[in-house]
Amino acid sequence: MEYVLVNAYSIFPIIQKGVCSMSLLKVEELSKLYDGETRVLKNVSFEANAGEFLSVIGPSGAGKSTLLRCINRMVEISGGKVKFDGIDVGAMKKKELRKLRTNIGMIFQHYNLVPRLTVIENVLHGRFGYKSTLQGVLGRFTEEEKERAFFLLQKLGISEHAYKRCDQLSGGQQQRVGICRALIQEPKLILCDEPIASLDPNSSKVIMDYLKTISTELGITCIVNLHQVEVAKEYADRIIGLKEGEIVFDGPSKVLYRDQIEHIYGIESRELITV
Amino acid sequence: MNEKRMHAKKWQTTFFLIIIIVVTYLSTSITNFNLIDGMLTIPAAIGWMFSNLLITQDSIAKMPQILEKLGETIFMSIAATTLAAVVSLFLALMGSKTTKVNQFFSVIARFIASFSRNIPVVAWSLILLISFGQNSMTGFLALFVATVGFLTRAFIESVDEANQSSVEALTATGATYFHIVSKAVIPQSLPQMLSWILFMIETNIRSATLVGILTGTGIGYMFDLYYKNMNYNVVALITFTIVIAVIVIELLSNKIRKVIL
Repeated sequence: MEYVLVNAYSIFPIIQKGVCSMSLLKVEELSKLYDGETRVLKNVSFEANAGEFLSVIGPSGAGKSTLLRCINRMVEISGGKVKFDGIDVGAMKKKELRKLRTNIGMIFQHYNLVPRLTVIENVLHGRFGYKSTLQGVLGRFTEEEKERAFFLLQKLGISEHAYKRCDQLSGGQQQRVGICRALIQEPKLILCDEPIASLDPNSSKVIMDYLKTISTELGITCIVNLHQVEVAKEYADRIIGLKEGEIVFDGPSKVLYRDQIEHIYGIESRELITV
Repeated sequence: MNEKRMHAKKWQTTFFLIIIIVVTYLSTSITNFNLIDGMLTIPAAIGWMFSNLLITQDSIAKMPQILEKLGETIFMSIAATTLAAVVSLFLALMGSKTTKVNQFFSVIARFIASFSRNIPVVAWSLILLISFGQNSMTGFLALFVATVGFLTRAFIESVDEANQSSVEALTATGATYFHIVSKAVIPQSLPQMLSWILFMIETNIRSATLVGILTGTGIGYMFDLYYKNMNYNVVALITFTIVIAVIVIELLSNKIRKVIL
């Protein structure tokens, strides 16, 4: 692979080689209601192991984004449990929740960078979870953190843009900044919400290759929401198919066949998918 | 059917025109205002302005004094605006939907804003004149209070308009409330806020003259003094310097705005 993050273990002392393959994330009977009536998720259960590359597919409105946001509790959980490293996410208090979020990186469809700030500033934002309020507000980052930020930018091939404002970058470059921001958190899990939905095919490939490298080389679990079934089949170890808030498929990507795809997306969309 | 409606519309227009004419006639007859008489006095008024409001050699001698008072007024406006901006920033962060701490403080911040905004600056200076007396503090406070009202409202809108997605991203990294406000919300809304502050400085320099007349401070007081002494030559010079100052400041702030936006 072209984009190998060499020496990754020396920069991430937390992550050790050969992480035991116990389950990192356990979702049990998770359900989510909006406004007390609209059921977005119904009894969703699955497990994710350390270093696994998991893809969640399904039509728009199936609850993919909500599922991801329940894992780091960006939305409140209505029923069931989410266990991260054996600890119940739903019962966490503010301080514990903050600690949880430092362990979970997040990548968004629209990159969600601060457009008026520079690339390096945006990358360093990923360290806020480890900072006291005063340190963060004053922007006190250690030399080590700054070096690491540059190292990551270099690895993702955008170090020459470090001092540019983010709104001057292309979509693919912005998404790479987003990945750097997630990686500098030293996460155990990265949640990707439609990371390539606003990118062209070339940039999409680059981004997906990086995400794959992150899971294989650094042993970071990746849960990636995707629209494109073909992409999911190519990259993911395992695919979860979500339809109207329920899991209708959960298995290795090799065994996801056409009839199951049709079941997930509904028969009408068949032509569009296969194009 | 269509034709009928068109006719009805035509009649409506005529009807409203008649109403407006009647209302105008009634109000002029109640207030004894005669439009034609009023128009006829305009040439005379212009003639008076040209013969009396002349800048003479004598009035030029007052220039240093005028400039000193003008400077005082300008600096008071800037001080009142910048101080008000600091207070408004806190009120706006509390009042905005996206950064509010809780509903209670949000309502209070919005109430303070609309209360101080809806009382005009002239009314504020008269109210404060009674309690603080005739000094520059009164003028300063009047400008300050009115500015807080306006800027809070404007800042709330700037904060609300700021892109929510980066707030979401920073929350997901485990950033605290103050991290998010200082590194995601403020950087995004700062150019707009600065633009509002510049606008308010301009406005305040204009209203400072009026407030000065009422509270007896700055260039407004000087204007009032010479006006009442019927020394119209100096009045003309004062007016002229105010106009120049306002234009210069407007040009300056337009330049600054271009740089920051």
